[in-house]
Amino acid sequence: MQNQTNSTPKDKPVTDNEVVVDINHISKSFGAKDVLKDINLKLKRGENVVVLGKSGQGKSVTIQCIVGLLTPDNGTVKVFGDDVSRMNEVELKELRTKVGFLFQSGALYDSMTVRDNLEFPLTRILKITDQAELDKRVEEALDGVGLLDAIDKLPSDLSGGMRKRAGLARTMIVRPEIMLYDEPTTGLDPITSREISELILSMQKKYKTSSIIITHDMECAKITADRVVIMNEGTYIAEGSFDELKRSDDKLVKSFFNVTT
Amino acid sequence: MAEQAVTGYKKWLEGVGEQGVFFTSFFRNIFRGGFEWSEFVRQCYEIGYRSMMLVGITSFIMGLVLILQLRPSMLELGAESMLPKTLAVSFIREIGPVIIAIICAGKVASGIGAELGSMKVTEQIDAMEVSGANPLQYLVVTRILATSLMIPLLTIIGDAIGLFGGFLALNFTDDISFSLYFHKCIASLEFIDLFPALVKTVFFGFAIGFVGCYKGYNSNKGTESVGIAANSAVVTASLWIFVIDALAVQITSLLFYR
Repeated sequence: MQNQTNSTPKDKPVTDNEVVVDINHISKSFGAKDVLKDINLKLKRGENVVVLGKSGQGKSVTIQCIVGLLTPDNGTVKVFGDDVSRMNEVELKELRTKVGFLFQSGALYDSMTVRDNLEFPLTRILKITDQAELDKRVEEALDGVGLLDAIDKLPSDLSGGMRKRAGLARTMIVRPEIMLYDEPTTGLDPITSREISELILSMQKKYKTSSIIITHDMECAKITADRVVIMNEGTYIAEGSFDELKRSDDKLVKSFFNVTT
Repeated sequence: MAEQAVTGYKKWLEGVGEQGVFFTSFFRNIFRGGFEWSEFVRQCYEIGYRSMMLVGITSFIMGLVLILQLRPSMLELGAESMLPKTLAVSFIREIGPVIIAIICAGKVASGIGAELGSMKVTEQIDAMEVSGANPLQYLVVTRILATSLMIPLLTIIGDAIGLFGGFLALNFTDDISFSLYFHKCIASLEFIDLFPALVKTVFFGFAIGFVGCYKGYNSNKGTESVGIAANSAVVTASLWIFVIDALAVQITSLLFYR
């Protein structure tokens, strides 16, 4: 089972510029409100893409479409070449073992200790039942995020930053090939935000994941981004490296960078 | 006015449809592989063991009060010796199951509604879904099956405690031995008093679990939704208990008292 996490879906060959997520002209409305309007995005293997934008612009909706939590009204979302909206339940489950999702709050299960939270995906996705193997993996994952001391604590006993770390460890424990981060530093102090951003980067290097990071934290974007896209009113308005966009003359793009840099 | 009524009717129909889908999903997930035994046992403990004190105290008081209330009337009729039988039949057939189910609706359905509602708000259910686990199987199936099993067990325990409460009340005023009292209670009960009463508690338990899970699982994403889910779970589950009780009485009458 352990090898399963290192193989590509359906044994597709790995290429340097392989597009692992391909979003094509998607749109999504909730009632009368058009949240996404013609979104296009490609994520290459090993790349970190940061999506910047004001709150309520549809950034989270975009990544929820990637894991099939939401279905776009129009357009296609392809992950590893397969159209997510056409996947059946089994295929969707298989996809979700390859795509990790870190929620804004960490979304740790309240009734379980940190250990149980981390064992949850191991026993259900990788079907590991050997307790020694579970302990080894859980301890290794928690050590990776510097949270080994909190292994038997309940989520309610953890600080906001610790919850995010634990959430990250839980998501990374099954070694996903793609990571989706939904505002990973929101609600944290600047020092902890920086720690989380550096942790994201170190995780990406360690596990060679491709990531989409939704944020409005410019420090986080600066640390983690290979490429930045800026979203406004349901569509992408600018794309480039952090430094390229920082030099942009566009008024809206400048407004993001003038905040902290 | 008419437009409002149509909108309300459409909304109600949508709700019925959603509940139908949820109901089907529940049954489909029972028979799917990978039953969550440890969570089921934990829920049985949470629902059964942790409700025992409440059920016990309430049943004891109900049995005690019923004897104290019945005694003057029965004395007037010269039917004092019928008190154990009257209590046993009324408590086992109707009062015990319904009162215990209502108490559990207040405690368990609201608890499930609030728990799943807060899990929804804090994205824990979404997290479970995207992690490849099946939240319906883990959260819903285990809870509904646990309530369907635990409410009958709590009712059996509550019935026994209620009869004991009745004995103490009777013993305050009359000289009756424990063995004679229980002999009179048991002798007055027949299969048709016990079996339908027990069967309907399975449905009460199912209603409590189902309504709690449905309200919590389908709550909106806002903190106030948690309170709404808990509140409407209690109201709806209590209503369902009376509806099921009325149906159960009709069916029992048709089958056994013709």
